[in-house]
Amino acid sequence: MSLRDWFAKKKQKARLNADGVNRKLTDDELCSIWVQCYSCNATLPRKAMEHNQQVCMECEYHFRIGASDRIQQLFCQEDDTFIELNANLGPADPLTFTDTQPYRKRQVGARSKSDLNEAVVTGIAKLHRMQEPNDDAADTPPTIDEAESFALGIMDFDYLGGSMGSVVGEKLTCLAECALKYDLPLVIFSSSGGARMQEGTLSLMQMVKTGTVLARLHDAGLLYISVLTEPTFGGVTASFGTLGDVILAEKGARIGFAGRRVIEQTIRQKLPNDFQTAGYLMKYGQVDRVVHRHNLRHELLELIRLHRISSGKTPKAVSQGQLLDFEVNPSPFLLTPDAEPVPV
Amino acid sequence: MVTLSTPPSKSDITEPVEASQEVTPLPFEQPLVNLQDKIDELASAGDDLSVDMNAELTRLRKQAADVKEKLYSDITPANRLQIARHPQRPNFLELVRAISPNTWIELHGDRGGSDDRAIIGGIGEIDGRPVMLVGTQKGRGMKENLHHNFGMANPEGYRKALRLFQHAEKFNMPIITMIDTPGAYPGMDGEEKGIGQAIAFNIREMARLKVPVISVVLGEASSGGALGIGVANKIYMLEHALYTVISPEGCASILWRSAEHAARAADALKITADDLMAFGIADGKITEPFGGAHHQPKVLANRLQIALKEGLSDLASASGEELVEQRYQKYRHIGAYELVDAE
Ligand SMILES: [Zn+2]
Repeated sequence: MSLRDWFAKKKQKARLNADGVNRKLTDDELCSIWVQCYSCNATLPRKAMEHNQQVCMECEYHFRIGASDRIQQLFCQEDDTFIELNANLGPADPLTFTDTQPYRKRQVGARSKSDLNEAVVTGIAKLHRMQEPNDDAADTPPTIDEAESFALGIMDFDYLGGSMGSVVGEKLTCLAECALKYDLPLVIFSSSGGARMQEGTLSLMQMVKTGTVLARLHDAGLLYISVLTEPTFGGVTASFGTLGDVILAEKGARIGFAGRRVIEQTIRQKLPNDFQTAGYLMKYGQVDRVVHRHNLRHELLELIRLHRISSGKTPKAVSQGQLLDFEVNPSPFLLTPDAEPVPV
Repeated sequence: MVTLSTPPSKSDITEPVEASQEVTPLPFEQPLVNLQDKIDELASAGDDLSVDMNAELTRLRKQAADVKEKLYSDITPANRLQIARHPQRPNFLELVRAISPNTWIELHGDRGGSDDRAIIGGIGEIDGRPVMLVGTQKGRGMKENLHHNFGMANPEGYRKALRLFQHAEKFNMPIITMIDTPGAYPGMDGEEKGIGQAIAFNIREMARLKVPVISVVLGEASSGGALGIGVANKIYMLEHALYTVISPEGCASILWRSAEHAARAADALKITADDLMAFGIADGKITEPFGGAHHQPKVLANRLQIALKEGLSDLASASGEELVEQRYQKYRHIGAYELVDAE
């Protein structure tokens, strides 16, 4: 789905909400107008929450947001652009996996819940710096670095808990390869429960796939900023999530490798309330900064600008046509090994 | 000539269990155990056996052989899991001693204040070639297992491993890693010290190593904890070893809401050596002695040594850049996807 479709859908939803105002509201409709804060229980108008980037006006609790909200928040300047890559890449079912439900059925559910074909959206972003009103500089011409281009990946927890299967690994790897070719900085927003069990060891290996392409990015001297958002766990934490040159954590986000319950069961001890929160991790030196959602866009642009200036790496111009090279054409998955057993 | 070999410390090594030692049967082998008990009972009657009883004994022995044959020809992933976790299964240090009998110099510590005993590393020699050997260590018996934390490493273990990998690279030593771990240790301290980061960093840095890396899965290789020492040019699996994204018990308790469904999860996850070769993840399978490596550890060690020699000579002629490229391409092609119709 393109960015434009997202906005269209968004508007359509808003219209649906507006229609119901003059009659007695059902619970569902009430829920579509009001939200309750998970943290302070305040009842908040949904519209105002949207304006406030889904941050509670009472207690600053950051609601978990999906890829479309994130894109809407980041691409707020008129000329901002996002060219999506691999939008139509979707999951296969290489294990023909069935637990209490077939994996295929879960995919359908995830797709309708998240409005996405998979748990990550990737593409090339161009964000414009907000122009500060400054009387002294009124007649200086605009500087050439008023916009930053970068490769952007955003995970969405609503698609099967943001789990990383083959598609997430592949899309992020293609994105990083594109960044490599065009000297683009890379920014990935993580939100994930970990590796996707329904794709078994293939999911596990996506940790290596993304890790090895980031080795290339590292060797090429390109900037990678990892933004950890609510929640980031397991295989994502243990791969690209923590490989950023700069690691930002969104305020209040829970981030870890093992789940809290698993740790409590293992060590037979209660964990502190703020264990595995963004602030806790910064205290232990695991993330560079805890960032309020309202400042995120600005901090990203500043970091990209500063590293661009000092490294001298300026993104090469890239056309939409050239980006087609990074679209995956999946071949049917074959279960025939081409490797021979080691003779012994 | 001085042989640079130091005997491993007592707490770290045990002799491989030999066939003469009693092998503890596994739950799935129970039908065989029952038959064997009957046979033993009859046989203990000794010379007093009547002709009929002798015939019965022969019949039972034949039946036992058939049952054994069938148990192993119909072996399930859950059965393999029992073999992979057999308390007498050869562990990393036992195999190191067997494949590099004259040389073993353990190198300790992460230089950051710790020496994780769940991951052990050191220099050995295979075929006259110095190699860096790094592995997760499961102990034999409760005391040793506590010492090695059941093969579950903390961040310090992965950081020690990385130090040794980079040491090996500096001196152009091939790296062999051996994996047998239920996963990284899920502790409070580990989270505070960045267990996720430690594994991630090892993955990235292993991808950059300009020396050959061969990884062997000895028993269970579970989750990111395995990958922290598992990024390799070639991955071999012992016949009954398993490589999985999550332990079957963990998977069952999440997806089926009960660990009792572990056998189903083990099956559904497709985690055997054959599965992983079909997915293009594993590059080779090392056949185990009948019934599992614990029946004849020395035979297994011998096969492992042959496989490693072959693997090392395959990779010997590649340049550092070629090795990095080959590793990249190996993982680059792992995965399965489809095109979804545009909405
Ligand atoms: Zn609140």
